[in-house]
Amino acid sequence: MGNTIIEKIWEKHVVHREAGKPDLVYIDLHLVHEVTSPQAFSGLRMKNRPVRRSDLTFATMDHNVPTVNRNQIVDPVAKNQMDTLRSNCLEFDIPLADLDSPDQGIVHVIGPELGLTKPGMTIVCGDSHTSTHGAFGSLAFGIGTSEVEHVLATQTLWQAKPKTLKVEVSGSLGPGVSAKDVILYIISKHGVKFGTGYVIEFCGDVIKNMSMEERMTICNMSIEGGAKASIVAPDDKTFTYLNGRKYVPEGDDFLDNILEWKQLESDDDAEYDNAIEIDGNEIAPMVSWGTNPSMTAPVNSRVPYLSECDTEAERKAVQRAFEYMGLEEGQQITDINVTKVFIGSCTNSRLEDLRAAAEVIRGKKAAAGVQAIVVPGSQNVKKMAEEEGLAQIFMEAGFEWRESGCSMCLSMNADIVNPEEHCASTSNRNFEGRQGAGARTHLVSPQMAAAAALHGHFVDVRNLAAVEV
Amino acid sequence: MSSFKEMTGKAVAMDRTNVDTDQIIPKQFLKRIEKTGFGQYLFYDWRFKPNGELNENFELNLPENHGASILIANENFGCGSSREHAPWALMDYGFKVIIAPSFADIFHQNCLKNGVLPIVLKEDEVAYLLKQSRKQPYELTVSLENKSVLGSDGFKAEFDIHPYWYNMLLNGWDEIELTLQLEERIREYEAEHSGNSTRIS
Repeated sequence: MGNTIIEKIWEKHVVHREAGKPDLVYIDLHLVHEVTSPQAFSGLRMKNRPVRRSDLTFATMDHNVPTVNRNQIVDPVAKNQMDTLRSNCLEFDIPLADLDSPDQGIVHVIGPELGLTKPGMTIVCGDSHTSTHGAFGSLAFGIGTSEVEHVLATQTLWQAKPKTLKVEVSGSLGPGVSAKDVILYIISKHGVKFGTGYVIEFCGDVIKNMSMEERMTICNMSIEGGAKASIVAPDDKTFTYLNGRKYVPEGDDFLDNILEWKQLESDDDAEYDNAIEIDGNEIAPMVSWGTNPSMTAPVNSRVPYLSECDTEAERKAVQRAFEYMGLEEGQQITDINVTKVFIGSCTNSRLEDLRAAAEVIRGKKAAAGVQAIVVPGSQNVKKMAEEEGLAQIFMEAGFEWRESGCSMCLSMNADIVNPEEHCASTSNRNFEGRQGAGARTHLVSPQMAAAAALHGHFVDVRNLAAVEV
Repeated sequence: MSSFKEMTGKAVAMDRTNVDTDQIIPKQFLKRIEKTGFGQYLFYDWRFKPNGELNENFELNLPENHGASILIANENFGCGSSREHAPWALMDYGFKVIIAPSFADIFHQNCLKNGVLPIVLKEDEVAYLLKQSRKQPYELTVSLENKSVLGSDGFKAEFDIHPYWYNMLLNGWDEIELTLQLEERIREYEAEHSGNSTRIS
């Protein structure tokens, strides 16, 4: 029997294996940000331990950072957290993409962008959306602060070998259907814990035909289905994307790397612990209506009736979601009004996402009463978007063009959604209070968010021309 | 790491599915750089009304539930963000054990690292505990050594825990210290696999 890509990477990283223990696994890249690291550095300091491999560690600040008036951080507690990261990086000699660096951005945007993320690597970060990096054929997962400290001190982690789940997305996507819709569809169908205990391998024609940025969107949200990590086998698109990036080897070294990376793909006779098949042709643009990402429906449909719930627990959860979201059972998705639009986050803030949104709004205006903000994933994305005129398109349509950061995905900075306000958001979590106390989040693709901004309610991007008439 | 051997305490029911870590500790409280003092913010948006007043109907605020140290939860508890502030907040509030039919992976790991014992029991056992712990006083005795949960009403269940965590928790060992004892093995690995990763600095 052959091996899956997951097993191949895993076995190559086992430092120590003994009965009665998880494997001790080596970590090739450790990404660090301001929110989940200060206690880990304090722990090191208390025991007088050094950072073992600061040369395999890279830090940035993204969660707390302001997206306007960059240098005036009014929240003293947030400022303290950023200052603390800065001094920790200095003390432990860790490279930092600071607030004023041209490389600053959301940690999961800059890792791939700088070529820190490469196939076959093990990558961790104190952030659950680390799964994003799996798009490059790396085994990447989120960890807690104790594990951050463990990796800083030892460059390893004790981890039980995960089970493997193959998710094959066959067929092709219709016009107006994006990677975001694919992952929302999968979670709406299989729930928020189908991936618990597994690493997912995404494959099939739909995945194969996706760009690297689209694959990142898919892998990013695997954690919303419970999977700590997901992976896509590297191919020519992966190698082309990486070629010439800052931390990618050049010339013959790069060619040698490619030969090695090509060996990573799962063997034909590899067996998985579980498998799911998805028909890409069935997927429509999706809109989340509830308070977890499985509470999502196609834009041309409606929210459920309580009588459709299978269990009492589900009925209670749906009822509670309706109350929080201010929705009626059976309500049409296109009847939900929005007054806030957020285009950004580690799910959908890359150049292709901004292009897709800009395409929808080119020459049009945001509806009266709608505040729309665009937060590029990194300073590099921001620069490229400005150079190719996207920023101009957004601003002319009345959208606010901001500095890079996590922003309204979790609203740790000043960018928040008001109580009871509906927000069309390209982020990844629609949990209660995620975007602000009482905020009503609807997860959508960049195209769908842009269209909602123009109309003040959700519209099916596939019918946009018809709606205009 | 804190050790865990045996404890007896009041159990409180939180019968909600998919409780995410954004509910356990909302993001506005993640800016502290210490591990302590998070208990006051536990379930903040559920415990308090928007005007800051206590929400008297919330499970933990009912007078009969005060002083509970065992949380009976429902499936997929702790999903979402990897924030370790969630077990820090639960611990600081006074919880030492969480019993549920299933936990999210990262949260489960984060609890173990902090000596908060996440116990998976069968659905019908959890359903029973959810029901019983609504009638206070309801006490449970949790023994890690025997891997057992005993109720003041005669309830009895056994649970599984990975032998690694069983030993780590019983002994309260420092995990990093133990790993550093394998330093030579780690160095050998690095020598054999030096091409795996790119040095950044």
